[in-house]
Amino acid sequence: MLTLNNISKTFFKNTVNEKKAIDNISLHLDRGEFVSILGTNGAGKSTLFNAISGSFLTDSGNIYLDGKNITGLCEHRTAKIIGRMFQDPLKGTAPNMTIEENLSLAYSKTSKFSLSAGVKRKDRIYFKEILSTLGLGLEDRLKTKVGLLSGGQRQALTLLMATIVTPKLLLLDEHTAALDPATAKKVLKITNDIIYKDNITTFMITHNIANALSMGTRTIMMDEGKIVLDIKGEERNNMTAEGLLKLYSQKNNKQLDNDRILFSVVK
Amino acid sequence: MYLTALQQGLLFSLLALGVYISFRILNIPDLTVEGSFVLGMTTAVMTSGKVSPLLCLLIAFLSGSLAGLFTGFLQVKVKIHPILAGILTGTGLYSVNLFILKGIPNVTIFQNVTVFKIFSKWFSSMPVMYSRTLLLVIFCIITVIITAVFFKTRLGLSIRAVGDNESMVKSSSINSGFVKCLALALSNGLVGLSGGIVSQFNAYADIYYGSGMVVVGLASVIIGEALFGKRSVTIGLISSAVGCVVYYMIIGIAYNFDMPSYSIKLISALIVIIALALPTIKISLSDFKIKREARKNANLK
Repeated sequence: MLTLNNISKTFFKNTVNEKKAIDNISLHLDRGEFVSILGTNGAGKSTLFNAISGSFLTDSGNIYLDGKNITGLCEHRTAKIIGRMFQDPLKGTAPNMTIEENLSLAYSKTSKFSLSAGVKRKDRIYFKEILSTLGLGLEDRLKTKVGLLSGGQRQALTLLMATIVTPKLLLLDEHTAALDPATAKKVLKITNDIIYKDNITTFMITHNIANALSMGTRTIMMDEGKIVLDIKGEERNNMTAEGLLKLYSQKNNKQLDNDRILFSVVK
Repeated sequence: MYLTALQQGLLFSLLALGVYISFRILNIPDLTVEGSFVLGMTTAVMTSGKVSPLLCLLIAFLSGSLAGLFTGFLQVKVKIHPILAGILTGTGLYSVNLFILKGIPNVTIFQNVTVFKIFSKWFSSMPVMYSRTLLLVIFCIITVIITAVFFKTRLGLSIRAVGDNESMVKSSSINSGFVKCLALALSNGLVGLSGGIVSQFNAYADIYYGSGMVVVGLASVIIGEALFGKRSVTIGLISSAVGCVVYYMIIGIAYNFDMPSYSIKLISALIVIIALALPTIKISLSDFKIKREARKNANLK
């Protein structure tokens, strides 16, 4: 479904602040695969998402989605086939517009610009139906301004907006990190339900190792712009959080050793 | 006096609608207004007598939107700061306007047919003063209805979303730059239309008419909000138009106090400042009360 071919991105090239955010990553995701990504801050996870969704151009490499080359497409174009969610609940919804207006903006994603009514009666019935699946009571508050909702409600709504037109790829960038544990759990459950119902290919960044292992079908670990670990199937099923941490430090140490070797060669 | 104030208010209510779109919906203080208003005037005046007066107004609208489109282009594609982009377009338009007026700063069209003359002829039983006002009311109501309906469409929703949360708009696969340009075009189109109507009402165009127009628009929007509160867009549009009439009433009252006519700009600026300051004053007053209470309680202990 999603194929990344040797993509790289360096920020502040040729300056002292030069930072290799993505270092020659190649990756393939099958249709319906649900991949969780782990990694420390600055490992390049969000940069990878930005590259896929076209927030900036990559320095090199190609990105294919569903057989289509989407390298270098700008953000609002890729948004037609990619649903995206951010950590910040304020980012995904328009606060001064009502729930139904927000949903209808997302719903009209694939259709052309038009002067037809923004929220049609038929849409409203559909919106009520899908909102009721969230179990948050939002279906009775279609005319409520989104700014009045809690962070968890807003994030659940954003999730609905990102998937209301089934995307080919769903990018979740720590979408529950700003929520309290109980709400986070609820939103994660909703996430799981939607993804399995529509069999959406999904990429999810998380800092919660338990979640990374319990949700989805594959787990990737990133460090310094590289993929250092990629497990699925049997190996992943038998993996525990402790085991993963051990593996991570092992890999990190190995890298450190490599660096030392490199430096000694230079000397 | 009240009739004059009402007329003035209605004349500039379309300008207020335009300013409401850029200032409140799009969240950009757009200074193109001073130029696009006069552009509407000059194009309407220079085409008057050659084509039907209604067509002149359409031309005024279109030329205004072109000015808005240019400001939008500067903002979105050249990435110039929104306020600066407006100032640049407005400054350039000064020359363009003089160019359209063939270098003459003040052109009259007393002899030409205007929409007001036609309308007064239809309702010849009515005094001219009233029929002119009636036509203004009709213009104002029609424009408010059309814009209000427009902001209910998908495109209208997108414009509102761009002003509200741009990153959300991008992830809804809407080209936010395009929408911004379109909204600025609409906003300045209304401003240009207002200029066109003013020129037909007064039967002249003046190159200096535009100065201070931004403040008139802002004052109307803010006074409207003070009266109606910040609610839906439809109410916002209506309140801006009403706010404009109220603004000219206030100015009219100020005139009654034997103020010299050149004090009008100072008065308008003061009205806007007071209206903008009120919410802040309210908050700090209530904060002050809470603090005083807290201090009292602390003393008791």
